Amino acid sequence: MSDMPLLKVEDLRVTFSIRPRGAWPWTPSLHLQAVGGISFELEKGETLGIVGESGSGKSTVARALINTVPASGGRVLWNGQDLLQMGSDARRRHRQDAQMVFQDPLAALNPRMKVGEIIAEPLTTHHPDTPRAEVKRRVGALMERVGLLPNQINRYPHEFSGGQCQRIGIARALILNPDLVICDEPVSALDVSVQAQVINLLSELQRDLGISLIFIAHDLSVVKHISDRILVMYLGRAMETADAETLIDRPVHPYTRSLVQAVPIPDPKVELAREHRVLEGDLPSPLRPPSGCVFRTRCPRALPACAEAVPEMQEVGPGHFSWCPVTAGEVVKGLIASVSGVRTVVD
Amino acid sequence: MALLEINDLAVRFETNDGIVSAVNGVSFNVNEGDTLAIVGESGSGKSQTAFAAIGLLARNGHATGSVKWDGQEILNLPESKLNRIRSSEIAMIFQDPMTSLNPFMRVSDQMEEVLTLHRGMSRRAARVECVRMLDAVRIPDAAARITMYPHEFSGGMRQRIMIAMSLLCRPRLLIADEPTTALDVTVQAQIMKLLRDVQDEFNTALILITHDLGIVAGSCERTMVMYGGRIMERGPTEEIFETPTHPYTLGLLEAVPRLDRREEVLPTIPGEPPDMMRDVRGCPFEPRCPLRIDRCTDDTPPLERIGETRVRACHRSPEEVR
Repeated sequence: MSDMPLLKVEDLRVTFSIRPRGAWPWTPSLHLQAVGGISFELEKGETLGIVGESGSGKSTVARALINTVPASGGRVLWNGQDLLQMGSDARRRHRQDAQMVFQDPLAALNPRMKVGEIIAEPLTTHHPDTPRAEVKRRVGALMERVGLLPNQINRYPHEFSGGQCQRIGIARALILNPDLVICDEPVSALDVSVQAQVINLLSELQRDLGISLIFIAHDLSVVKHISDRILVMYLGRAMETADAETLIDRPVHPYTRSLVQAVPIPDPKVELAREHRVLEGDLPSPLRPPSGCVFRTRCPRALPACAEAVPEMQEVGPGHFSWCPVTAGEVVKGLIASVSGVRTVVD
Repeated sequence: MALLEINDLAVRFETNDGIVSAVNGVSFNVNEGDTLAIVGESGSGKSQTAFAAIGLLARNGHATGSVKWDGQEILNLPESKLNRIRSSEIAMIFQDPMTSLNPFMRVSDQMEEVLTLHRGMSRRAARVECVRMLDAVRIPDAAARITMYPHEFSGGMRQRIMIAMSLLCRPRLLIADEPTTALDVTVQAQIMKLLRDVQDEFNTALILITHDLGIVAGSCERTMVMYGGRIMERGPTEEIFETPTHPYTLGLLEAVPRLDRREEVLPTIPGEPPDMMRDVRGCPFEPRCPLRIDRCTDDTPPLERIGETRVRACHRSPEEVR
């Protein structure tokens, strides 16, 4: 079991069928391919960041991984076992081992339950015979671990701020000692000063507990900070994946490059001197995705051939894959750090 | 003379739970063609400052102090008089373009209305002008798409329509309240570039209200940092970012993860943003400030000038903050 990745996703596809409003009973449903063939591996203790704009399918991937959205194709191997073919026992086991933290911290918590009950719920659901004192002890310890005061155990979610609610959500995700925690936009609803606290907490927990993390966000700076590897998605497809440093410093795919250029850097000297090539246009409708490469309608480097074939994965460096045949051999440097030089701080 | 001159502005809201004092002692000027960013987190009072200035406060809100537009006092002016200024001289765009556009009206109708109402133009002339403006904000095929409804446009396009609409009367000041927060990064870059372009083209002054320091860095000459309803610091953007003199600014700048930096642990500001229900006697940042001293609790630091262009409100000296 040692060389087997915790999670192996092969050509995952998720399709939703949509009834157009006011459709006749005999009108065929429309098919929306939210995820169109995503593959990646996640090692134990690794953090994978998934970045993409709205409609990229990043959240759907997360949902398919915990089986709340049925995959319509491909395989998800959890410790070598196919998630889609699991029996109910194995599935229940998987539900405990893979937990999720959601974007809107207040909406993710039941307003009528006390914080202690919320955090204990996964434990009391899956292990109903746990002694009350043991539940209380673990909830208290966990609250302390995520930076909440254990004497707040009898309060209700509305008595907490957004950042604290997110800490409650994290504690709930951790109570069953999971192997994997999937965080879907965990900090995008938080203020900047609180965002940093939650990011630090997540990476600290990840390091101390040795859990794997899938961190889904639209903010490339945040994802880069916390992730070992990054997967860039656009309209349900993978665009590029590499370790975090490489992806930001030497992006190969035109979409990743545009994304890196579009992220503003809070430093006027760097920001005003940087090259800004603004990506034109909008995301095409996922109901009618472009043929071939889905990015070609906005791509500054698109060739007529891009409309014909869906791009194959290209290895452009060690562990660095891009789904663009046009730019595969190119190296572009200094999209960001051209001016001030990178300030490196290691604690 | 400054275009907009705000002095000692305070905003209070009467709520069922008590009085919320959202803005306190805010003063600043905006000159013709200026760009000013108001930066702050939720509850900092950045939006309410702008709302109060142009008389858009919610019904339970009350503003005191002075707001002068072109030398004339406009704070708490009756609606009818205020409308004359708001229609033609000041325009505002909001975070969510879908809620600012009427979903039941064609874009053409909502846009033309602005010109026929405020400028007395004929519908035909108004249509020509509206299409021209949509072209200016780079909506492709504007002449044909102008008759579409708002929901037929993407988020980025809707924000372009809002910008076009706000520019129809050639305002001298444009207030943009988190104009790109609801948009994707690549679309955000388009909209910010557009705002810079129209600002150059029409020489409109711009007040940009945002929580995103990255956007400020690339688009505004001056920056004002607010926290808990007060100004913490104000000055030329480059100086604020280079040499922040307030502990909050410093903390904020360090807490943002940056693409061009590699840090194991992000420096954080401990604690949570302030509860506005509580009446703060001293500096609002005091409970979270790493440099607080005894007098910070009771004694609100006054805005003090440093040099020609900067002000700050902190009992510690700039050297101590650095």
